[in-house]
Amino acid sequence: MKKKLTAFGKTIATQAAAAENPTMDVPIRALSNIKYDKGTGLITMGEKTAKRFFFNIAHVKKFVQTVAVARVSKGLSEENKSMSLRQVFYALRRTLPGTNIDIVDEQTESDAAVEDLELMTDALREQLRINANKSGSVAGKVVIEDRGDTIDWSKLGSGGWSVPSNVESIKFKKIEAKFVVYMEKAAMWERLNEDKFWEKHNCIIISSQGQATRGIRRLLQRLSTDHNLPIYVLTDFDPWGFYIYSVLKFGSISLAHISERLAIPKAKFLGLSADDVERYGLGRHKIKFKDVDHTRLKQIEKYAWFKDNKEWQRQFEMMKKMSAKVELDAIVSKGISFISEKYLPDKIKEKDWLE
Amino acid sequence: MAKEATAKTAETLAKEQRAISVSEFFEKNRHLLGFDNPTKALLTVVKEAVDNSLDACEEARILPDVKVIIKPLEENVFRVTIEDNGPGIVKQQIPHIFARLLYGSKFGRGKQSRGQQGIGISAAVLYSQLTTGKPAIIYSKPDKNKKTHMVELKLDTTKNEPKILKEEDLEDGLKHTGTKIILEIQGKYIQSKHSVDEYMRQTAIMNPHANIRYENAAGEKSDWKRTVDKLPPLPKEIKPHPHGVEMGILERMAHNTDSRTVANFMQNDFCRVGSTSAEEMCRLAGIAPNAKPRELTSEQVRKLYDAIQKVKLMRPPTDCLAPIGEKMLEEGLKNETKAEFVNAVTRDPVVYRGNPFQIEAAIAYGGDLAKTQSGEVASDEAVQQPAKLIRYANKMPLLYEQSSCALTKAVQGVTWRRYGMNQPGGGLPHGPAVIAVHICSTWVPYTSEGKEAIASYPEIIEEIKLAVQEVARSLFQYVSGIRKTEDRAKRQKLFEVYIPELAGDLAHLTGEKKEKMEEGLKKFLKKNVAKIIEEGGDNGEAAKE
Repeated sequence: MKKKLTAFGKTIATQAAAAENPTMDVPIRALSNIKYDKGTGLITMGEKTAKRFFFNIAHVKKFVQTVAVARVSKGLSEENKSMSLRQVFYALRRTLPGTNIDIVDEQTESDAAVEDLELMTDALREQLRINANKSGSVAGKVVIEDRGDTIDWSKLGSGGWSVPSNVESIKFKKIEAKFVVYMEKAAMWERLNEDKFWEKHNCIIISSQGQATRGIRRLLQRLSTDHNLPIYVLTDFDPWGFYIYSVLKFGSISLAHISERLAIPKAKFLGLSADDVERYGLGRHKIKFKDVDHTRLKQIEKYAWFKDNKEWQRQFEMMKKMSAKVELDAIVSKGISFISEKYLPDKIKEKDWLE
Repeated sequence: MAKEATAKTAETLAKEQRAISVSEFFEKNRHLLGFDNPTKALLTVVKEAVDNSLDACEEARILPDVKVIIKPLEENVFRVTIEDNGPGIVKQQIPHIFARLLYGSKFGRGKQSRGQQGIGISAAVLYSQLTTGKPAIIYSKPDKNKKTHMVELKLDTTKNEPKILKEEDLEDGLKHTGTKIILEIQGKYIQSKHSVDEYMRQTAIMNPHANIRYENAAGEKSDWKRTVDKLPPLPKEIKPHPHGVEMGILERMAHNTDSRTVANFMQNDFCRVGSTSAEEMCRLAGIAPNAKPRELTSEQVRKLYDAIQKVKLMRPPTDCLAPIGEKMLEEGLKNETKAEFVNAVTRDPVVYRGNPFQIEAAIAYGGDLAKTQSGEVASDEAVQQPAKLIRYANKMPLLYEQSSCALTKAVQGVTWRRYGMNQPGGGLPHGPAVIAVHICSTWVPYTSEGKEAIASYPEIIEEIKLAVQEVARSLFQYVSGIRKTEDRAKRQKLFEVYIPELAGDLAHLTGEKKEKMEEGLKKFLKKNVAKIIEEGGDNGEAAKE
């Protein structure tokens, strides 16, 4: 890794020393530069790059940020340590002498610089020794080994196991569970954990808060591909919930270059769908759409991986007609443990899912 | 009773009529004459004398030197001395000019001058006499080779006639031609926007061709040096323009004219009327061109009045107006404000109701105006005060009734945001600026006899707006030019500070020498600086497959 970073720096250094305008080619991370591969069912990155110049008023800041991240990363690998994205932000932060200009003002800037560097050095964030915060919770009949510690996911009480940013080194020692339920809401996870749903139905429950992190996605992928467990996804009934499923299954736009390492083509959508809203009488918990919801829905229905999917288009149509969303939590209105005693068992038994 | 009341004849009435004494007249009209309160009285005395001095110098084509001293004698009593280097006044005229109300040559003539009514200076003399009982002392020297004539004067208030107390020729009086007047008056000296100090400052702005020396009641001396060695052109007298005459005045003029026919009356008594236009007016009014003007009925006058409006005429001649001129206004404003940017515009003359008038506007910005009193550059907050508006009519500063004046309304009516200035509440723009507006006309339409505010004729408001917009536009260009330069400097600086950062990071990454890369980067910046800071640098996020 050190070599890659040095090579990255060398190109720029050579240009600088030769009194040329230093430049880097940054692959474009946007909808315009991704492709959907029908064969694999994955979103992949195109070949488009943008030239980023040092001597350009609009580029200079990003340029310097990217090089600064490379420097931090190289330092980490020399010392064999790692940092969180937040810590990288602080490592980069310094005010330029005689000005009030900071190298970075917001963490989103350093985060973007990290992603750009990943692409340019063809390395994963973890290889750059930069981690996201651990997040989410896991419980189930599984025993793993993490940095020499043996951890039984069924013996972690109310909190469960938190998924680290990097799950590459985790070893699955024993898997009794037969399937995985992922949900975007921590509150729903706690409900299922309290009901010992994973014990009764011999499964794994995993939650994130909102969009799944890379760690969670990689973990789910490993359970799906390496251990052949079905992955069921529970989200809110809204465009953002649908997109959480979309990212899990097909990959994301900004990380399209590593879809093969993160996407779970076999993931199944277990709700909430428009039909679930009707079937379970959740209509009275509708929250009216705002303009942003309409806009987001319009974007999603045009994505290449949804465009020709009749079943999903039907969902989008119905959502558009309702012009409203329903939160996953609304299910508790049918009874505290309705989700674990009725909803999930029925849906799985009836194979009532979307793909 | 009823019989008695109707029985009054001209004779009995005549017996009841008595001469109203001038002091009574003064008492009743002091607010019109500018003596409503002691503060204003002090200002009015100075103003009347200074206006006379400047008018006299200009008419005699002498570059004015005016000296004003206000010396406190006891509480609320001042000796006011005004001295000029004008043509002086011949011996015989002095008593009439200074000690007789309504004596003068300025009233109602078709010519622009500061004074319009011939009442001012004698009212000041009378005010002095009524408040301190002291005579006015006048020194005059019309011929520099002869002695100075000195007169001590009072005004006989029952007869409205001058009373000479003392008169002599002095060997060592004035050193040059000119006039000097000394008055002792009751008054109140203040230092605010209605003060003599402010009046002198604004007068100096409007008269950059004058040397003005001023010593205020606190003993502080100001000396505004002449910055322009040229007198403004002398305005000419003109006859009224037909479009500017109201019906009642038209009727009175027709009945008092010496012309024998209506056609001649129109040609002789008005400007810009030739025989064709005169006959056209008669035809439209249904009046024979050779009808006698004295015999026109009111109905015929009305028809003539209507006809006059329909006939196209050349605008009144404009050499009756004496604007101060763009260059002089800029000089005056710059000299007084020490601003960083000054721009003035003199609009072409226009007509409201047949009276030619002309608008001048100027704006001064930044420099000392953006500094605190101690001379530091003020904070942005301090700079965000309303701009100062100074108003002039026929070169005279207007200090009172700012809010009801057409000049103010017009300036507030400009959308200042368009010119990069804030305008909270739609009032005056905010910023370190002074805005000057000058209206000159043969007949300035004051809202009242107090001569402190201009009436809001739409034509006048429109002209002022156009003038102010013009100077505002040039200010805007100037300011955005500065901002552009500042932006450019900022951009260059940005790269200059980023270079060592990048070089440092690269050195860490590669182990290369920081200095070598810094040098290369600096070299590139120097060579391409124009392109980088003007256009932003090399092509943007050009995508390539």
